Amino acid sequence: MSVRMIWRKSLNVAMLSLTGVCVLITVSVLFFILGYLVYNGGKDLSWNFFTRLPAPVGEVGGGMANAILGSLKLLLLAALFGVPVGLLGGVYLAEFGGRTIPFIVRYTADLLNGVPSIVIGIFAYALVVMPMHHFSTLAGGVALGIMVIPTVLRNTESFLTDVPRSLREGAFAMGANKWKMVATVVLPAASRGILTGVLLALARVAGETAPLLFTAFGNRFWSPGWDQPTSSLPVVIYTYATGPYEDWHRQAWAAGLVLLGMVLVTNILVRAFLTRGTAYERS
Amino acid sequence: MVTTPNAATPADIPGNSRALVRRWFGGDEIAHLITLIAAAVLLLIAVLLVYQLWVLSAEARTRFGWKFFVTETWDPVSGEFGALPFIYGTLVTSAVALFLAVPLGVGAAIFLAELAPPKLSSSLTFVSDLLAAVPSVIYGLLGVFLLVPVMRTSVQPALKKTLGFLPLFKGPSYGIGFLTAGIVLAIMIVPFVLSVSREVLLAIPRDQREAALALGATKWESTWKVVVPAARIGIFGSVFLALARALGETMAVTMVIGNNPKIAASLFSPGYSIAAVLANEFSEATGNLYLSALIELGLVLFLLTFVLNGLARLLILVTTARGSGVLPT
Repeated sequence: MSVRMIWRKSLNVAMLSLTGVCVLITVSVLFFILGYLVYNGGKDLSWNFFTRLPAPVGEVGGGMANAILGSLKLLLLAALFGVPVGLLGGVYLAEFGGRTIPFIVRYTADLLNGVPSIVIGIFAYALVVMPMHHFSTLAGGVALGIMVIPTVLRNTESFLTDVPRSLREGAFAMGANKWKMVATVVLPAASRGILTGVLLALARVAGETAPLLFTAFGNRFWSPGWDQPTSSLPVVIYTYATGPYEDWHRQAWAAGLVLLGMVLVTNILVRAFLTRGTAYERS
Repeated sequence: MVTTPNAATPADIPGNSRALVRRWFGGDEIAHLITLIAAAVLLLIAVLLVYQLWVLSAEARTRFGWKFFVTETWDPVSGEFGALPFIYGTLVTSAVALFLAVPLGVGAAIFLAELAPPKLSSSLTFVSDLLAAVPSVIYGLLGVFLLVPVMRTSVQPALKKTLGFLPLFKGPSYGIGFLTAGIVLAIMIVPFVLSVSREVLLAIPRDQREAALALGATKWESTWKVVVPAARIGIFGSVFLALARALGETMAVTMVIGNNPKIAASLFSPGYSIAAVLANEFSEATGNLYLSALIELGLVLFLLTFVLNGLARLLILVTTARGSGVLPT
């Protein structure tokens, strides 16, 4: 074997192993993050964490019950605002659209999806907080709802277009008109995919902090109703992690573990649910 | 062909009211209208977003004009607002992030698209997707308590010792600063580079690889000299996409960049970014001018990511469409 050949072969092996190292680094980051959070946050998770209000500033102890409830309320609002618009918009793109309007909607959805979450926060501030003159759960829900729309819309569209034409033709042959065909045949056939898309979108906004900073703001107590500022898990993690107290730091780790656990479990379950075999073949 | 039963009903003819009633009763028009409204809401949100950012930043725009982008003072007390330190911080941290994340992401994508068996490849891609799903504030948490001390005690001193002759690696080691923020950002954007690059590489037709191998190229040569160049436009697309993410990333950067509106050549010095100043000061901004200056920063951020995202999607579309032969170019 010539020197050149040896050089080429060893370059081949070296570079290909290097790409493997890249994968190894990327993948190990996730396990590292998970392990480190479990190690640091696991020991501070207790019953109190889930059931108690935060202790007065500077005192040790207390929990994050209000932040957990606040996050759930915000997610409920986000789903209420975002899912119907995203779902129906997706149906429009897949079933009713012509050529130009769907193109514009699709492109806008993709661009809206790329808008930094903090800018969405400014928008929700202008839309809800400025007219109401104070921070509220409602404003936070609007911010998160806006972020849910593009994802749900694009996802719904792609699952609807995957439904085979034969199903549609069958429905037409039975005498259904278009909306009946969509509502009773196409949507049920794609329902699993659409549902997973909704869950993923909600899991994504569940961890969003930036758009809540000046919409839902924060609250050390319970937030009654929908028009008061509310605490939420991600914002509490941020406040506690950057705060001066040792006890806050420990609680931030625990809250981080809870938040990450929720997000990862949702993602994994959704994935398992989706690939377990579907009503039709997905390419 | 799918034919809508009522594609051409007599309802269009004036006076045929029974057919019109039947058509409305059938519901197609109503369903069409309702879904169209939902799609229009999305467009309305986008238009309203731009409108609000534009109108609410009017005061700062008229007051400072283009000077806003070239002045360094940020003094809410005296009402002097210049965006340069924030723009600088945003660009520098994103540049550091790209410098680290692009080789890593593209390298990993090559492994997953070219070498790994399909099953392994898709499960590893799933792990990378999970990484993209980790909330930003969690990265910030690890950044503050884990990365910052490591940077201060070992990485920054080591860099000073080896590369200290460069102005980039001078000055005291605080731990926080441009470099730390860039590293956190890099970790956060690798999944985006990886998943999009992998898609693009997979879209390159098989014959390209086989032709190269048949000519006696090694696996690496066929990948690096044939497949990657063919996919390069799409890979650029993935880089723009990742860059747009990095520019707008808020929490993790806010927590480790140091929050100090200064321009410094050294990557070790604390700085500030557009998103970070919004996160820190927006809810406390007193006075209309202060608020509108912050909103103008938001507008800048929006425009930057808007342009980059648009460009990225175009590039990715061009490569995947050409590669899979769906669209002629």
